[in-house]
Amino acid sequence: MIESPDDTRGHSAVFALLASLALLAPCMTQAAQPDDDPDKVARWIDFREGAFKGRTVDAHGDAVIKLDAPVRAADAAVVPIAISAQFPQTPTHYIKKIYLFIDENPEPYAGSFEFTPESGLASIETRVRVEDYTFMRAIAETNDGHLYSAVRFVKASGGCSAPADKDDGVAERAAGAVRLQAEGKAVAGKPELAQVMVRHPNRTGMAMNQITRNYATAYFIRKVAITYADKPVMTANVNFSISENPNFRFYFVPGGNGELKAHIEDTKNKHFEGAVAIEAQAAGQASAMK
Amino acid sequence: MTAASLARALTLFAIFIAHAKAQPAFAVQQIAPGDYVHRGQDDVATAANKGDIANVGFIVGSRCVAVIDTGGTLAEGRALRDAVRKVTSLPVCYVINTHMHPDHIFGNAAFKQDNPKFVGSAKLAQAEGMRADNYLRALNRELGDAAKGSEIIPPTDTVDGSADLDLGDRVLKLQTWKTAHTNNDMTVYDEKSGTLWLGDLLFVRCIPVVDGSVVGWLDDIARIKQMNPRHVVPGHGPLDAPWPQSLETEEHYLAELAHDVRAAIKRGETIQQAVDTVGVDQRDKWLLYEIYHRRNVTAAYAELEWEQ
Repeated sequence: MIESPDDTRGHSAVFALLASLALLAPCMTQAAQPDDDPDKVARWIDFREGAFKGRTVDAHGDAVIKLDAPVRAADAAVVPIAISAQFPQTPTHYIKKIYLFIDENPEPYAGSFEFTPESGLASIETRVRVEDYTFMRAIAETNDGHLYSAVRFVKASGGCSAPADKDDGVAERAAGAVRLQAEGKAVAGKPELAQVMVRHPNRTGMAMNQITRNYATAYFIRKVAITYADKPVMTANVNFSISENPNFRFYFVPGGNGELKAHIEDTKNKHFEGAVAIEAQAAGQASAMK
Repeated sequence: MTAASLARALTLFAIFIAHAKAQPAFAVQQIAPGDYVHRGQDDVATAANKGDIANVGFIVGSRCVAVIDTGGTLAEGRALRDAVRKVTSLPVCYVINTHMHPDHIFGNAAFKQDNPKFVGSAKLAQAEGMRADNYLRALNRELGDAAKGSEIIPPTDTVDGSADLDLGDRVLKLQTWKTAHTNNDMTVYDEKSGTLWLGDLLFVRCIPVVDGSVVGWLDDIARIKQMNPRHVVPGHGPLDAPWPQSLETEEHYLAELAHDVRAAIKRGETIQQAVDTVGVDQRDKWLLYEIYHRRNVTAAYAELEWEQ
């Protein structure tokens, strides 16, 4: 840049400093901020009224559910989150459903996760897209109909409009491959951690190709149904808020020998399956290596 | 001193001050006969650096000139074009983009008037198209007026594999690569001077950014290592980088990243745990570590968790 010799260095330096300070701040007038009141966010209030119709949502749900998410996302299209149940599932007292809501996403309702007493623990870990600085909320519904919420503020931007994959087409061509595995040694009667992964672009439909002026159509996993010994343990009804190549960690309670199965559906009505045999040792034989 | 001579002295003094205050012209260095490179700032694009954060330059043949990457804004492209004109009046026949990232492509429009061929990987146009909206929004938000008029000019001529460009007594060998830094990386080798322009396949001092594939990048590095250039131009960092040390340093970072992420996956660690623990010892070895390293770990994990 060639400055006109008439510019005084002093003025232009101050201006540059102010300009760079202004530009350093994220779009402050519109973006949510961490010290906003989470109970006053309009989108959340609307959703709460629609989904829960006047039922109380206990905002101090720490004894029931915790939400972990990075304060500042490393990659807005792949933000790891962990929803942790604070008590084990029992037939008389269990979490039956968890709702996930990301206030500032173009589609704030990311989906729901359903659990049963056979789940062992109603915890779920996955990765989500975050479009802008936002509150993220997990709302747990227990079998007695009570609602509890946990909230986190996440700084990230551009996750929903980011292009589908780093290597166009690779994710789509490989779509449908499923990996299902238990982590570690299964012990009968104790909640066992498992992971299901499915190759999928999980496209939002919001990344516009400026050359073609087309939006790549939304194409994503909408349902993941996990059963153990033919009983449901985790059912996810989700959308493109979940990152590319969806990955879920969840629990189930093994008993003797049984099969862990995953049935997955996407928006083109394609079905993908996974299954793994689980050999559970009787409790008390934990030292035997498998 | 007479009033007239005082007036003259003051005028000369004022001109001296004016020149001293004027910004230096866009500096280019001739790192090899006919190869001119401008060193970008080792930073992310800000209003202060006006997006001038990549190494860009040109090669002069007997018939015409090839420009290699054009900078972060139209304004920078113009400054580069002025720098070409200071060196030669030969026409610009090729504008080559090594890959899609904004700091390498947004000066392209400054060369439209020369009617050059815009050259890039066969995958470049699609990659640019998918990201254009985001790039332009970020560009205008971060750089404001400095970005005025910046637009994406996709390639008119594409390369898939290798291709030669003749500048007149000077052949440039273009080569595309397995997905590495991005899925559209392309290098330029100037046979005459033995100068290898690696684009962002080589980062020196600034942390390598994985926006493609860490495994593919390591494979490409193994092949690039076989090359024996006399001079090397990295996409970021000091020009005419020491060879092969600069490549080996980058390889070390990527190999450790892949190794440590694979180990984390094997131990059953979550992506967040990997992000918090992998490569923390690299912090002082790279500029912009705080901005990019955790994202590199995320990218590597998402890639490697699907390995057989």
